[in-house]
Amino acid sequence: MLFEDIKKILTTPELIGYVFEGFLNTLVLTVVAAAIGLVLGFVVAIVKISAENNKYMKIPAIICNLYTTVFRGTPVALQLFIMVFAVFAIPGFKPYAAIITFGINSGAYVSENIRAGISSVDVGQMEAARALGFTWNRAMINIIMPQAIKNIIPAIGNEMIALLKETSIISMVGATVGTLTFDLNAASNTVFTKVPNFLASGLIVGCFYLAIVYIMVFAIKLIEKRLRASDKR
Amino acid sequence: MISVKNIYKSFGKLSVLNGISCDIKDGERVAIIGPSGSGKSTLLRCLNLLEVPTRGEIWVNGSLLSGLDPYLHPELIRLSATYKKRIAAGGSDKTVISEITDGRLLGRFEGGEYRREYRRLAEQNAIDINLARRKMGMVFQHFNLFNNKTVIENLTLVPVQLGLKTRAEAEARALELLRRIGLEDKRDEYPSKLSGGQKQRVAIIRALAMDPDVLLFDEPTSALDPEMVGEVLDLMKSLAGDGMTMVIVTHEMGFAREVADRIIFVDGGKIAEEGRPDEVFGSPKNARLREFLSKVL
Repeated sequence: MLFEDIKKILTTPELIGYVFEGFLNTLVLTVVAAAIGLVLGFVVAIVKISAENNKYMKIPAIICNLYTTVFRGTPVALQLFIMVFAVFAIPGFKPYAAIITFGINSGAYVSENIRAGISSVDVGQMEAARALGFTWNRAMINIIMPQAIKNIIPAIGNEMIALLKETSIISMVGATVGTLTFDLNAASNTVFTKVPNFLASGLIVGCFYLAIVYIMVFAIKLIEKRLRASDKR
Repeated sequence: MISVKNIYKSFGKLSVLNGISCDIKDGERVAIIGPSGSGKSTLLRCLNLLEVPTRGEIWVNGSLLSGLDPYLHPELIRLSATYKKRIAAGGSDKTVISEITDGRLLGRFEGGEYRREYRRLAEQNAIDINLARRKMGMVFQHFNLFNNKTVIENLTLVPVQLGLKTRAEAEARALELLRRIGLEDKRDEYPSKLSGGQKQRVAIIRALAMDPDVLLFDEPTSALDPEMVGEVLDLMKSLAGDGMTMVIVTHEMGFAREVADRIIFVDGGKIAEEGRPDEVFGSPKNARLREFLSKVL
């Protein structure tokens, strides 16, 4: 029964087409949201770190702290509802509002990962660089960041994997076939209306998620390995 | 060359330095000793502004490294609104100045004349801290070699990046220094592969690679295994022999006595006694110093 349903989904062009469309949309959602999250997270982390000894950064740092507190402290589903139905309640803007929400939400976590990675580097490294006449920026770029990145990459990898799966809640605000909101999870729901066996569609879609995550894990491991090679510990 | 004027430093409620003044002359070797927590490391770190003094001034080669402390400039106080008010009320110049200085009475707004003069004095004497630090080498207790750089990169990174030397010049100088400490075979190792004594010697020549005017040592042997202390002290002695200006915070009394021209004993954030090594170690006047020496010697 299950096997036949799976076979039916895989061999019916219409049904497998939904899955592929969802797969592509999930990838687009994740990649764009991740890009927003990484850029935002990096900027926020730098503002927070530099506020420690730069009084002009104090007020931006307060704003950044408010941002991370709010976006890490409330459910992403709630943020999605507010963004889609209140802040960006513009016809046709739903997928972009969703991407922005995922990106901003992810940025809050990424910023904390980066900040923690930077503060895990011994303060003596910065002191030594400054004592030799490096500016804060040069010390950050040449000495601190190359060491911090080894701690940051695994944490950000985790966050990207979480983000991928988080995009599945987009169907909570209504997924329409043919738009970006139609992600893998929505595809599973649509397929279910045609082949009423949730285990069948769920297993297929689950395999797709698993495949992306596996590729991501592999890529993260590769990057980590390359970074470790440079310090020959 | 370095002039410390009445500096105070507090961390929150904890006051670590309570009014320290001293001068370090060219070619002089000064050892700063004292019990732990007395503020000697903080004093040293104030010299290149790794710690910013709460009050007071640091001057290096005639340039003001720290912020301007108005209470050290009577001519500036005379322009302040507070001074003018008190003079008008019938005080003499001397008493008003000392009242203002002792009571720290200058407020945020002291009139345009005062503000302009303050800015003029600060701008006229100011020096970019990053430029000043190039000429003030520092050696840390925990070495602080750049972990992500090889030994040779540790020695050449800053001079090359700051455009002070070409890569070839910097490498030639680095190799010369490595030969001096007998570690040229370690040039491509990462710091994690070196022993503590080797790390500290590389840290010392990293400072030397900038061709500094003065070297500041912050307890350079305190984190070392006993058998490695000697090699670091020998290198420091040989630098002293070259006539390098050195300020050394240390617990190595024998070394201080042998190498230093002057000993500064810091206790409770103040200079409790200072003088030539034979005076300070031979006939200490301060009771706290006598007690300290009886414990460490």
